[in-house]
Amino acid sequence: MPLLEVTDLRTHFHTRNGIYRAVDGVSFTLERGETLGIVGESGSGKSVTCYSIMGLVPQPPGRIVSGTALFDGVDLLHCSPKQARSIRGKRVSMIFQDPMTSLNPYLRVSEQLIEPLLIHEALTKREALERALRMLEAVGINDAARRIHFYPHEFSGGMRQRVMIAMALITRPEILIADEPTTALDVTVQAQILELIRRLQRELGMAVVFVTHDLGVVAGLCDQVQVMYAGRIVETADARTLFHRPLHPYTRGLQRSIPGLQPKGTELFTIPGLPPDVSKPAAGCAFAPRCSLAAGTCTAAEPALVEASPGHAHACTRMARGEITPESL
Amino acid sequence: MNDPILELRDVKTHFAVNEGFLVKRQTGSVRAVDGVTLSVRQGEVLGLVGESGCGKSTLARTILQLVPTTGGSVVLGGRNLGEASRRELLESRRDLQMIFQDPYASLNPRMSVHATLAEPLLVHGICGPSEVQGRVDELMRTVGLAPRFARKYPHEFSGGQRQRIAIARALALRPKVIVADEPVSALDVSIQAQILNLLAKLCREMNLALIFIAHDLSVVRHISDRVAVMYLGKIVELGPALDVIDRPRHPYTRALVSAIPVPDPDIERSRQRIVLAGDPPSPIHPPSGCAFHPRCPYAVERCRLEVPALVAQADAREAACIRLGEIV
Repeated sequence: MPLLEVTDLRTHFHTRNGIYRAVDGVSFTLERGETLGIVGESGSGKSVTCYSIMGLVPQPPGRIVSGTALFDGVDLLHCSPKQARSIRGKRVSMIFQDPMTSLNPYLRVSEQLIEPLLIHEALTKREALERALRMLEAVGINDAARRIHFYPHEFSGGMRQRVMIAMALITRPEILIADEPTTALDVTVQAQILELIRRLQRELGMAVVFVTHDLGVVAGLCDQVQVMYAGRIVETADARTLFHRPLHPYTRGLQRSIPGLQPKGTELFTIPGLPPDVSKPAAGCAFAPRCSLAAGTCTAAEPALVEASPGHAHACTRMARGEITPESL
Repeated sequence: MNDPILELRDVKTHFAVNEGFLVKRQTGSVRAVDGVTLSVRQGEVLGLVGESGCGKSTLARTILQLVPTTGGSVVLGGRNLGEASRRELLESRRDLQMIFQDPYASLNPRMSVHATLAEPLLVHGICGPSEVQGRVDELMRTVGLAPRFARKYPHEFSGGQRQRIAIARALALRPKVIVADEPVSALDVSIQAQILNLLAKLCREMNLALIFIAHDLSVVRHISDRVAVMYLGKIVELGPALDVIDRPRHPYTRALVSAIPVPDPDIERSRQRIVLAGDPPSPIHPPSGCAFHPRCPYAVERCRLEVPALVAQADAREAACIRLGEIV
């Protein structure tokens, strides 16, 4: 049985300008100890997927229209608030992109670090502080005994991200959801944080959901990768297969847009047009208006995720019918 | 080879650090830019890379004379901007324009695209009121926007389109040099490529000199002719883009290049990576000697004592490390 099984998740936002279908029918599973990457451009629904699982979608305007997220027999989307509290922050933790806005600037780091322990594990304050100190050392903060009493603003960006990771991992969760945790950091610091997540994952044996727009980060970290576009999964495969034999034109387009992979001095490959407006769903495949291989059939019906080989699925009608080949992408 | 259009000679920009309540006194200074010598030719793209806090944005602002220089000189087309009168500076500003990182913050939300693009034309008296419309249409077409959108406001555009408007505004006065401070960092991958293509095309067609500041080395490698690597206010390596990024010499450049994730699982998982310890040091209390020595895997005692100079090597490359010969 998978550790987490998300089925047909749909999260919509009801606003004055219409209904934004931020997540529109997402299903995936996460095994114990696995690292799952979710890739997509801004507005593709990758963050809202995570927020929905964590119960962090503000309702209203958000509404979870359908779906289940089974974690150890409990549906995270429909369980009682009490049940949710016993899981969230203890067995499933989350870290965010911007550690400055997700740490409380008025509280010392020590107080924020021990909060999950006081709530979930009923430790005394002294025991909790002892654990917090060991955790800070584990995430590589020097002079932790002194710096644990600092306020968030006294740390640099990379150090703050370490504090947040320490806070998320202090209860030894089974799943860590990481929403672009390195996007705001310098590459040298990003390398440190990725190394840290890898090491702690090995030591604690937890599963990681890693949300990013950077295919390079995914390549080094993830076992399974899913690509999202306009609130849906358009392709999912293990990392090697996805990079070496992508089957969806959007995945290939993303890959070809990376400057590092293209010969210098040539015109960069670009995906024409703009990301779709999820408040105005078009008929058929959402990527069709930007797809160079689109045909009339693409806008006729909504493409379903079909399995091309075990573990490798894509949502391209023409690829599924054999009208285009992987080599032609 | 033509002469450099823009030259920086030993440019220094320091900021005073004041302490005290009511009575402030200067207790130190931040050496944001500390002795930078660079030159750019017409039609050349110079990439400037470094971690946050290394002084690359301050250098951009210093070039534009948006912050006062502490020492050295910025020379644009033979004129020393530090000594220029207000009038001369206004004239020089025509030739020197800037594009900022955040197209949401750098455009006035109350000004339509037309007003945004017409303002510099009228202020500098480039064309009379009757010709403005034609020039605005032309600018919009140059950056790939349809002129019929001229009456729209910034909030009606996406991030990529806004950055196009910012580029059009920078081009309005037909400048010779453009300084672009992280122009694509805030954009999605697919949009990033569109803006990079546009910038490269404009430089080629208009013979513009471009100083392209970014922290993403793969982007810089693609667009630049030459690359300068900055660390704590100083240039530590300078040379042709492909040489510097594919065969870095300075230990800092090596670490920086090694930290870029490669979008290929096989390469990414098998390669050797240099993971630097710690954060960049504070520019208020820079380390002695070579500023990189506390994080450098090759540092020896001598690095703590000597400040390395940027030394030109035989192959048009420069690097500031005293152990260059020993660490190949």
